[in-house]
Amino acid sequence: MLISLKHITKSYNTHANNVVAVDDVGVSVDSGEFVAVVGPSGCGKTTLLLVAGGLLSPDSGEVTVDGIDPYSLSSEQRARFRAEHIGFVFQQFHLIPYLNVLDNVLAPALVTGDTNARQRAGRLVERFGLSDRLKHRPGQLSTGERQRVALARALLNQPKVILADEPTGNLDGDNSAEVLKELQTFAEQGGAVLLVTHDPDAVAFANRQVVLANGQLQTTPP
Amino acid sequence: MNISRLVVQEIAHRFLNFVLAVVGVSIAVACLVASVTMIDAGEIESQQLVAERQKEVQEAGKKLNDEMRKITKGLGFNIVVLAEDEDIAAFHAQGTPTGTMPQEYVTRLANSPIVVINHLLPIVTRKIQWAEQKQTIVLTGTRGEVPQAHRDPKKPLLDLVPKGKIVLGYRLHHPRQLKPGSNLTLNGRDFQVAKCHAERGTVDDVTAWVNLEEAQDMLGMQNLVNAILALECNCATIDRLAEIRTEIAKVLPGTQILERGRKALARAEARNKAKKTADNALAAAEESGQQMIESRKDQANVLVPLAVVGSFAWIVLLAVGNARQRRSEIGILRAIGLGRRAVLVLFLGKALLVGLVGGAIGYASGFLIGTGFSGSLGQSLFDVGWLLVALLIAPALSAAATWLPALVAAGQDPAIVLQEQ
Repeated sequence: MLISLKHITKSYNTHANNVVAVDDVGVSVDSGEFVAVVGPSGCGKTTLLLVAGGLLSPDSGEVTVDGIDPYSLSSEQRARFRAEHIGFVFQQFHLIPYLNVLDNVLAPALVTGDTNARQRAGRLVERFGLSDRLKHRPGQLSTGERQRVALARALLNQPKVILADEPTGNLDGDNSAEVLKELQTFAEQGGAVLLVTHDPDAVAFANRQVVLANGQLQTTPP
Repeated sequence: MNISRLVVQEIAHRFLNFVLAVVGVSIAVACLVASVTMIDAGEIESQQLVAERQKEVQEAGKKLNDEMRKITKGLGFNIVVLAEDEDIAAFHAQGTPTGTMPQEYVTRLANSPIVVINHLLPIVTRKIQWAEQKQTIVLTGTRGEVPQAHRDPKKPLLDLVPKGKIVLGYRLHHPRQLKPGSNLTLNGRDFQVAKCHAERGTVDDVTAWVNLEEAQDMLGMQNLVNAILALECNCATIDRLAEIRTEIAKVLPGTQILERGRKALARAEARNKAKKTADNALAAAEESGQQMIESRKDQANVLVPLAVVGSFAWIVLLAVGNARQRRSEIGILRAIGLGRRAVLVLFLGKALLVGLVGGAIGYASGFLIGTGFSGSLGQSLFDVGWLLVALLIAPALSAAATWLPALVAAGQDPAIVLQEQ
């Protein structure tokens, strides 16, 4: 099991009260699986994704990614773990505004220092149809191109897991389909994809879906 | 891809932020360097001024000594030591002393450690009638200068008149067509003319100088002298005569001291005063230079800390703004695996570059400002040490000011940042 979340509970303390974002949720994604977590806004989808990504420590529950509990690692070790094992794709793309396409794709190599990263980046850029945009900055790209850059960046370090948070939220139909197809391909090649979305069309690309409402699981995974 | 490329790309992207930070550092460094340069310039200017004044004083001193040498040489002896029983009024009236004192007095004076006079010359002198020529003359017997025991031997101001020789004043040799080598008889004693003086317009014109012993014989004053002539030192104080009298009285109690040639000495005094004025000017120049340096130091003591604190605050503000602008960027970099230390390096690397560039520009600006106020000193004020200090301190200042905002940025939770988006 590449992603295993068991009995995850996460709450946020606000000034007024304690808000439980995720309440005793369990999700597992195996190698070759593309799982979509769906639910309305504020239901805890992103929280669950961040917990799975080693970015948000749960109040309780067990998290393992590729057999390792990221929260048992130190902050620096966990950061490196993310760089080596997990690819992230976000709705807002989160590209570095002052880096060109190639450098944005290469950003995860900052951590690993992989000498082959440039070659892989070149292949990814070509694969995503960005070869003629290499020297362009994010501000000079269309939204579809930006998301493709983000996807290429997520794949650079050849992770086993991709966590995608509403990756098609800002894209039109064609671009959405293209991104989802890439995620599907990644899963088919042995990776694990955990997609958080409220887009019903996106769910169609997943092997299965998990529904969250008010931080609780509505549909038990098969 | 590496961190330094990220730093450079970010600087290029937010160039205004970089420029503003560089300006802040430059101002602080420029204030420091300009202050130091101006203080150094002040010290050099002061030293040059003092050196010029010293040269002037030395030249004035040289000129004074030369003047004194010329004056005293022209005057001959200007101190007269007279016997206790000398009637000073009669001496002035007649022009020659009548009192006597033992010749041994001059030896006693010469062997004493007295320094206010030198070139001691004992004389006997008297107005006599030159019987053969029926003319009243002044006969002066001299033995030449008595060497002072505690001084180095000096060239005597008057040569010894050998026995049998005579030196004649103008009114004695001219009417009689006498020349060196001529023979004459003075009151029954034969002399050969050794020297004929040119006209001086003084009593010297009717004076005949012979050997002391011969004069004592002729005047019946064996082992007695009328006066001891001496030359006063220019080392004496303003109240020279009183000082000389006090000193001589310790050796020869009862003797009377007169000073001649006051007009010439007044010139010497004027020279002394001029030298003293020059000395005072030198001291004033030194003091003025010191005051200027102190004033510049006082200004620097206020200006430099203000500039450094202001620059520090300015860089803190810019770093806080920069960290806020880059919140999302830092969030994603942390998410994709960049550690806190790497984020710190990202901010501090930029701060070091800001410091280096600001330090270099600040040094150049400060140096130009400092030398601009210091005329042509220019290159002599360049100090590679201060350049290195500027290039070390500026990055340190910039990094220190950026440290806290960088720490906050590195410590921010990427999960929160990503959720905010």
